[in-house]
Amino acid sequence: MKAIALIVVCLAGGLLVYGTVDMPDWGDPTSPASLHVSPRYIEKTVDETAVPNMVTSVLADYRGYDTLGETTVIFTAGIACLLLLRGMKK
Amino acid sequence: MTIELIIGKYNYWIYISLMMIGFYAMIAKKNLVKKLIGMNIFQTSIILFFISIGSKKGATIPIVEEGVKTIQANQYINPLPHVLMLTAIVVMVSTFGVALALLLLIYRKYHTLEEDEILNLRR
Amino acid sequence: MISRFYDVIIQTVCRLLIPFIQVFGLYVIAHGHSSPGGGFQGGVILGASFILLCLSHDLQELRKRMPLKMILLFCSLGVMIYAGLGFLCLLLGGDYLDYGKLHLLFPVNEIQSRSIGIFGIEVGVGITVMAVMVSIFLNLAAPEAEN
Repeated sequence: MKAIALIVVCLAGGLLVYGTVDMPDWGDPTSPASLHVSPRYIEKTVDETAVPNMVTSVLADYRGYDTLGETTVIFTAGIACLLLLRGMKK
Repeated sequence: MTIELIIGKYNYWIYISLMMIGFYAMIAKKNLVKKLIGMNIFQTSIILFFISIGSKKGATIPIVEEGVKTIQANQYINPLPHVLMLTAIVVMVSTFGVALALLLLIYRKYHTLEEDEILNLRR
Repeated sequence: MISRFYDVIIQTVCRLLIPFIQVFGLYVIAHGHSSPGGGFQGGVILGASFILLCLSHDLQELRKRMPLKMILLFCSLGVMIYAGLGFLCLLLGGDYLDYGKLHLLFPVNEIQSRSIGIFGIEVGVGITVMAVMVSIFLNLAAPEAEN
């Protein structure tokens, strides 16, 4: 069982290492992730929201709907924990 | 050529080795708490991977200092992966809490956390 | 599972430290605009201060300071602040979670009103995260007989 697990894990790791050959280098300013939508966030944040911290403005304003769902997920986790351990009383 | 490849890509290889540790713990360990710890290591490696995607050489943290007039995109690192991972960390804590609650219920019912013993008891 | 043990040093130091940790958590929430921080981080710091109270004293102390009803209230209050701010923007004539319309309520221009909206939802996120952290810890630490 452990040998099969080790083989599967090594296979997955090897495939991923093979895939990284096409990834951009570490710290490359022209990587695809840094070219699509983030330059607009960086350049327009202060003009549009008057918040110097870009992470906060993207979190709460540009992607506010996303964060609303995230907060609902945490709320659900808290309620689920409460119901699982405390709501089993018969 | 090979030395450039290693210098450019070694961060991904570190995350892949972390991910392999977590993956192995998830599928090979019999103890459920060890499986859970493996899941946490896996999630941590994904978070490190996303953070390293956002980095740029020679750039600073994505906070505009007071008095700066012109903002160029290559002066600041990419804020988007940071936002996504900020929420992912909190979701990671929530899943960990719910999973621990479930494990506590399992322990109270079967008085063990070993997977095969639980399967024997259910049979 | 956590029973009381008497140690003067730990109890006194934690009693002195907890108010400062909570003030720092509030600072992290409120100063998330211009420094690293925000609702998630500050909420976790506030929750950790309550967990420190439980670890240094005992479970009953935490129950006294933060009863179950208060946890449930805070959990819901944070999400309600967040979603309610979105509905407020809807009522003022904008889109959902479009804080630009808040300048009708506050004496600021449209761009600065976005900053106010961001602060509002960060307070909501902070309250929810704090309550959920305490809830998870409290329910996991409580002994079986009480559940």
